[in-house]
Amino acid sequence: MAMTMTQKIIAAHCGRDSVGPGEIVMAKTDLVLGNDITAPLAIREFEKYGFDKVFDRDKIALVMDHFTPCKDIKAAAQCSEVRAFAGAYRISNYFDVGEVGIEHALLPEKGLVGSGDLVIGADSHTCTYGALGAFSTGVGSTDMAYAMATGKVWLKVPSAIRFILKNKLGKWVSGKDVILHIIGLIGVSGAQYKSMEFSGDGLSCLSMDDRFCIANMAIEAGAKNGVFAVDDKTTEYEKLKRKRSVIYTADPDAEYERTFEIDLSLARPTAALPHSPGNTKPVDDCGDIPVDQVIIGSCTNGRLEDLANAAMVLHGRRVNRNCRTIVIPATQQIYLDALKMGFISTFIEAGCAVSTPTCGPCLGGHMGVLARGERAVSTTNRNFVGRMGHPESEVYLVSPAVAAATAVAGALATPEKIGVV
Amino acid sequence: MKVHGKVIKYGDNIDTDVIIPARYLNSTDERELAEHCMEDLDSSFTSVVRPGDIIVAGENFGCGSSREHAPMAIKASGISCVIAVDFARIFFRNAINIGLPILECASAARDCENGDTVEIDFDAGTITNITKGLSWNTFPFPDFLQKIIRSGGLLQTLKNDSAGI
Ligand code: SF4
Repeated sequence: MAMTMTQKIIAAHCGRDSVGPGEIVMAKTDLVLGNDITAPLAIREFEKYGFDKVFDRDKIALVMDHFTPCKDIKAAAQCSEVRAFAGAYRISNYFDVGEVGIEHALLPEKGLVGSGDLVIGADSHTCTYGALGAFSTGVGSTDMAYAMATGKVWLKVPSAIRFILKNKLGKWVSGKDVILHIIGLIGVSGAQYKSMEFSGDGLSCLSMDDRFCIANMAIEAGAKNGVFAVDDKTTEYEKLKRKRSVIYTADPDAEYERTFEIDLSLARPTAALPHSPGNTKPVDDCGDIPVDQVIIGSCTNGRLEDLANAAMVLHGRRVNRNCRTIVIPATQQIYLDALKMGFISTFIEAGCAVSTPTCGPCLGGHMGVLARGERAVSTTNRNFVGRMGHPESEVYLVSPAVAAATAVAGALATPEKIGVV
Repeated sequence: MKVHGKVIKYGDNIDTDVIIPARYLNSTDERELAEHCMEDLDSSFTSVVRPGDIIVAGENFGCGSSREHAPMAIKASGISCVIAVDFARIFFRNAINIGLPILECASAARDCENGDTVEIDFDAGTITNITKGLSWNTFPFPDFLQKIIRSGGLLQTLKNDSAGI
């Protein structure tokens, strides 16, 4: 039977020649991920049921990224629980303050995930690794506990929607604008339970960072996973990480529920307005939107190219006095690279606060929580009610270039609007 | 198994950030989580909800993050079942995995209103709205998922049978 790329990866991980949509299978996992919010629950369940062995100490990643450096005593207690577990079971990939980065930027950077892998994580944005041609999906803490014990996960084989990307992106238009446009097009449940498979010759103009950003937000369309066809850029990236790639390609006659052709040359800088990632509009059509705070960072847009784009806009400029601007590199390596390339001085000279890697403000945790009535423009992935703080605050989702231009203008703006050419 | 309670009704795309806001995720205590359940959407939820009550909602219930704290908070609030047009996929698996009963039924989701008394018979697969005198049949889950629910959750299945499922 003809299979999609996702179905092929799943079949290979349950020892089958083929699988079909709707089937429930038990599949082997190459990596099981948890963080400081979801791992404590998984560990508690693991221990409550009396398990005393993990399936493979090298195939579990525990990343303390959400509330770290710990924001309060309860957060500290959660981390210490995970730290104790990691010590007791000698988990190789335990990442704590000083080494930690936001999980979905960190794991690809460390070469812990790669094309052809089957990865589950107790975090919804685990779908990010689809950028590398992996099947990766978010699950809950109980799934994580089960997988830590057995190395397996139950999966319902998804059907798929295909996105054929054509042509090239224009200036100041990035992967973020493409995925916001797509979510606006199909809606926040437009890919419910399904795979989003990206292919086409437009792929060649998308950097790995663009692809991570696009795959990251597949969940915002309800998708089980988002996955990119593997090309030279992917294999080049994996060579650098010394990660072996196993390449699966969709059968030419694979069945897709729908196919969309996306002309990248038509994509414009796009914003998702409160309170849904599907509520999208070109930034130029949004009118005058004064902004209290700008956030540049997260597992969606805290990578080096994102910081480079923001720095290009902020170089030699000052952020508006009424607009607090916070920049958070997603990993220590990205932080260090940004420092070497001069981006960090650009940010500080422009009047931004720069923080050590953390999820922090993305989920209203710490490092930039919003008061009642405040409005943020952010490069993160969710703008639900109360996501960044008070239930009566607002979040607009945009690309790093638009976020930086907004910081200068003090109101939602594209780089062109503030005169960056 | 039968459950019986009053309907608490919500709309489409109820996300996990309103079911349990991230600011409370520094705890895994289900009673503490239940105290803040639905707080940003419906501040009366915690005072109104009674054991056995049933949440009825529209499409894509539980979208957003993977936090299992969301179905935990709902379960610990005393909710006996969530009926929705459909569920976001991670919420769906989390609910099954922790043993929070959920049902997909578009017509019940449409016709049940706040305060209606509803009875659900899981074995027969029926939802009965006693207030309105309506009833609906639901599709049973596949055997595999029923086994998880019957065992009382995913980890219990592994405990019962070390070969797993
Ligand atoms: S940056 Fe935000 S979306 Fe990404 S893992 Fe952290 S909290 Fe989740």
